Amino acid sequence: MILPAIVIIFIFNYIPMYGVQLAFREYDFTKGITGGEWVGLHYFKEFINSYMFADLMKNTVVISLATIILGFPAPIILALIINQVIWKRWKKAIQTTVYLPHFISLVVMVGLLNVLLSPNSGVVGHILATFGWDINLLASEKAFVPVYVLSDIWQHAGWNSIIYLAALASVDPQLYDSAKIDGASRWQTIRYVDLPAIVPTMIILFILSMGNILNTGFEKIFLMQNPLNLPVSEVIATYVYKIGIISNQFSYSAAIGLFNTLINFVFLIAMNYIAKRFSNISLW
Amino acid sequence: MKLFSTKGKTKSDIAFDTIILILCVFIFLLVAYPLYFVVIASVSDSTLVATGQVTLYPKGFSLFGYQEIFNDSRIWIGYKNTIIYTVVGTFVNLLFTLPAAYVLSRQDFKARRFLMFVFVVTMFFNGGLIPTYLLMKELSLINNMWVFILPFSVNVFNLIITRTFFESSLPKELFEAAQMDGCTHFQFFGKIALPLSKAVISVVGLYYLVGHWNDFFTGLIYIRDYSLQPLQIVLRDILLSNQVFAEGAGSGGAAGGYAQKYADQIKYGVIIVSTLPILIIYPFIQKYFEKGVMIGSVKG
Repeated sequence: MILPAIVIIFIFNYIPMYGVQLAFREYDFTKGITGGEWVGLHYFKEFINSYMFADLMKNTVVISLATIILGFPAPIILALIINQVIWKRWKKAIQTTVYLPHFISLVVMVGLLNVLLSPNSGVVGHILATFGWDINLLASEKAFVPVYVLSDIWQHAGWNSIIYLAALASVDPQLYDSAKIDGASRWQTIRYVDLPAIVPTMIILFILSMGNILNTGFEKIFLMQNPLNLPVSEVIATYVYKIGIISNQFSYSAAIGLFNTLINFVFLIAMNYIAKRFSNISLW
Repeated sequence: MKLFSTKGKTKSDIAFDTIILILCVFIFLLVAYPLYFVVIASVSDSTLVATGQVTLYPKGFSLFGYQEIFNDSRIWIGYKNTIIYTVVGTFVNLLFTLPAAYVLSRQDFKARRFLMFVFVVTMFFNGGLIPTYLLMKELSLINNMWVFILPFSVNVFNLIITRTFFESSLPKELFEAAQMDGCTHFQFFGKIALPLSKAVISVVGLYYLVGHWNDFFTGLIYIRDYSLQPLQIVLRDILLSNQVFAEGAGSGGAAGGYAQKYADQIKYGVIIVSTLPILIIYPFIQKYFEKGVMIGSVKG
């Protein structure tokens, strides 16, 4: 019964891993992936020495770090707030609303940004104009990262809060009772009962997100790119796509992709190690 | 939440509740207003929307945008393709995932630890875009509808959720009892395990379904053929590349002005039309959300 799944995973996940050797070979259209001349680290050197390298690394790291630093606490804060809502129906209504944007597809999401932020006809454009901020958020180098990160939080913070709400729901009610007997205010209950309860969940999710630090959302960045914001929006993933699929430089592109995966892997292992050292919680 | 009853509230508690309430109203508006705005903008006069006169309710009501959308053949092709990919794709996903998860949940299956490792590795390490692309090319999956369905038809994350559910909800004794009555693994799986697992099947099915519906990447990379494009690619053309009229006016002249005038209304309408199916099933699936996360978080 498990055979079909093994076959699928083997073909579509493991064969491409074998194909990674392409990064060390000269791709030859007539001989396939493994037929080309062996060139060693040639393509890696070419990438590291290329004029794009510094910009790509900087953009990728800036976007990822901003997403983590701002995006990681957002669902936690949201879950703590929702958890404090006493009135059941209000709680339900707000949960229903904040989960909803998660189901909007990325294309529609970026489309939404385009129509709402448009400087001539969008609502946000109008609001900014009344405050005297004459800025085109879609085409500005300065605004790209904030727009990217904030819209990401808008879309996913609600959905990501579910897991924290689930953790909060499993807190032993006796803890609340004893906190109350000890005279804890509600702020103190959050601080000393709720927060510690979700710390393990936080650490696991944090390690996982660090592992993805360079895997910034290809699709969304790609869709948000335009010639005016390109200097800050070109990241490794979009570059791999352009070099590989559009310009057909398969070997060079595979090398950049592998470089990306390796750095991700190092981050994941490092974060896991640190978490294990300090809290005994880890992925493996 | 019984702890915080209305009786015996102190001043600081009341202040606290007020702050929470204000925050909630703020968050609610922040999330809901943009969605509401799209709805009213899609049935309002584009000029009034563009000049910022539409804020709380539609003005200059017209359904022109929707008319244009329903007359656009691309939307229909995209819709049809995406529905096919989503239905067939989700079916294949479940067909592969459920039996595999069942096998991995059996303690008596010797290779389970090893196979689990083989599956989990793929969550952290992959061949990357180019080797995958070349593989699809060799399998002639490029410009082929099966590229939406077969590759990655087993999602390891969903597999783990399902396995965990089977492990925790199908007690060993149940299988032993069934075996005494001469039940094989296949019979047990089909007649006992599946009917008992509706919760996890709906959750995982939902994850797969939404994934297929929103899939943009596959169409972008592997499909060149116009008639095979999924809805998301069509949406990109309309929403982001400004190709508002497929068989209509180009740019410039009176026709260009006309196109520009209605372009925004069409965009708002397209956002609604393409998100509608999700909005329709949303109330029915919502109750499964928390259940799904609970199932999945029992054991990573």
